Amino acid sequence: MMSRILAVSASEFAIARRNRWVFMATGIMTLFALALTFAGAAPTGSLGVDLLTVSVASMTTLSVYLTPLLALLMAFDAIAGEAERGGLALLMTYPVSRGELLLGKFAAQLGVLAFAVMVGFGAAGATAALAGGAGAESLAALARLIGTSILLGGAFLALGYAVSAVGGSSTGAAGLAAGLWLVFVVLYDLGLLGAVVFDDGGTFTRTVFPWLLTVNPADAFRLWNVAAAEGVALATGMTGAASALPAWAAPAALILWPLLALGLARIAFGRIEP
Amino acid sequence: MTDKPALTLEKVCKRYGKAEILKGISLTVKPGERVALLGHNGAGKTTLMKLILGLTKLTAGRITVAGAEPGSAAARRASTYLPEAVAFHKLLSGREQLRLFARLAGESPRCVEPLLERVGLGEAAGRRIGTWSKGMRQRLGLAQALLGQPRVALLDEPTSGLDPISRHDLYAVIDEIAARGAAVLIASHALTEVEARTDRIAILRQGRLVADDTLEQLRAQAGLPIRLRLTAQRDGAEELQTRLGGLRVNGTAVELHCRPEEKMDRLARITALGGLVADVEMAPPSLEDLYRHYSGEDRR
Repeated sequence: MMSRILAVSASEFAIARRNRWVFMATGIMTLFALALTFAGAAPTGSLGVDLLTVSVASMTTLSVYLTPLLALLMAFDAIAGEAERGGLALLMTYPVSRGELLLGKFAAQLGVLAFAVMVGFGAAGATAALAGGAGAESLAALARLIGTSILLGGAFLALGYAVSAVGGSSTGAAGLAAGLWLVFVVLYDLGLLGAVVFDDGGTFTRTVFPWLLTVNPADAFRLWNVAAAEGVALATGMTGAASALPAWAAPAALILWPLLALGLARIAFGRIEP
Repeated sequence: MTDKPALTLEKVCKRYGKAEILKGISLTVKPGERVALLGHNGAGKTTLMKLILGLTKLTAGRITVAGAEPGSAAARRASTYLPEAVAFHKLLSGREQLRLFARLAGESPRCVEPLLERVGLGEAAGRRIGTWSKGMRQRLGLAQALLGQPRVALLDEPTSGLDPISRHDLYAVIDEIAARGAAVLIASHALTEVEARTDRIAILRQGRLVADDTLEQLRAQAGLPIRLRLTAQRDGAEELQTRLGGLRVNGTAVELHCRPEEKMDRLARITALGGLVADVEMAPPSLEDLYRHYSGEDRR
């Protein structure tokens, strides 16, 4: 089983290297992270934290948007494209299960994403540390940001596979992936914001709202990073919701999401007749 | 090699919604036997192959592949498939693609190089498949069908888009697969393509198996007429027609049809006419005629 997953993974990784996904993802991550770090250099003095902390806070916000987007862009074609080309039918005649195919692709694309995140955020973090100093706490925050970004990417890669299996065609899957991004990253938060404003500090805001945040992987990601580091919380202004939840809630949600999404993708993939 | 069938189909039915694609197909293929599966586009050939491969589910009936259920790990290990339109990833090289298949099939990557040589891709193997011609991709498809020790080989339109030399090579490879003891099922829409290279011919028509026998037997059963074309001496065509019957084709020729067993008798009568006949041309029913007869296209 392992050797088949590795075989799929190896060829998937070769493809990612050649269609320049490795290069593009890493380039985009690095560019944005560096730009935000330099833009964030201004408020350091007023908040009384080091530049790396501010940089991590801005990169957290960046990662919420960018990581799911890159993950979905990489994943949406994984099954639909293969099925359209006719390659899936041939693959399925080999003694390889759908789960193994899925895991092989997942491992390769998560590797690409992890590489991009580590290089991008690492480079920006190093720049910030060199320019404005860093403490043990801000270094831990950077490591956490990188780790949680990879988890977030994993969740959206797997969601992308589910969408790819449901979409029917490459274009259908692309549309669904765009919708998914919009819902999870933008609309969900807008909806919650509306509800909180309407509730005006009532029971919903105090009890239900923080839990609803953990249901969305993008918000769970934000919460985890905010709750764990005081400095980051200060810089993003998200302390309220974070303090209302037990410390394990956001990490648990973010770790469960990739697994849950992979399960969903496997079910959706199982319904495809190549 | 045993005589136990490597592939058996019993009353196989397949329905997509209301459309009945296959209506009770029974067929067996023994190890080492090459069977041609003929039929028009839409007759159900590809569906039948997909059922055997376990890519789609049976509505009714039973299929065993080397004794195993279609789609099971054992059946997948025992069978190989060459799809009609082979689609590989453009960005992988031929060698990488074949290595992936070898590893998925549980074969050593070391078997890849000899296989590439075997199908004549030794030199191109390092280049990306996106730069290959259709014939080269088809060869790569064949190479992956040769992986392992297949006991059932399914080839869907293997010759489509190949030049005559590649076609010749292809059949050499197919013979090799059969000689190693695999049951080979070749889907095609033209009898002329598979005639000399198969042991048995099965013809699908609108989801039913209308023929399943050797070419000689099919010929005998069909009893198609032999066509005789006589060219008359100058101005003799009319007299020729009144004496022998048949059809005037143009100014000087008459066409006759006769059953195979009447052939000698007819010829004797023709020779008896002596100088009236300038030439006789005899055409046995062609493969195309035979295929049309079974696939139901000859009802004019």
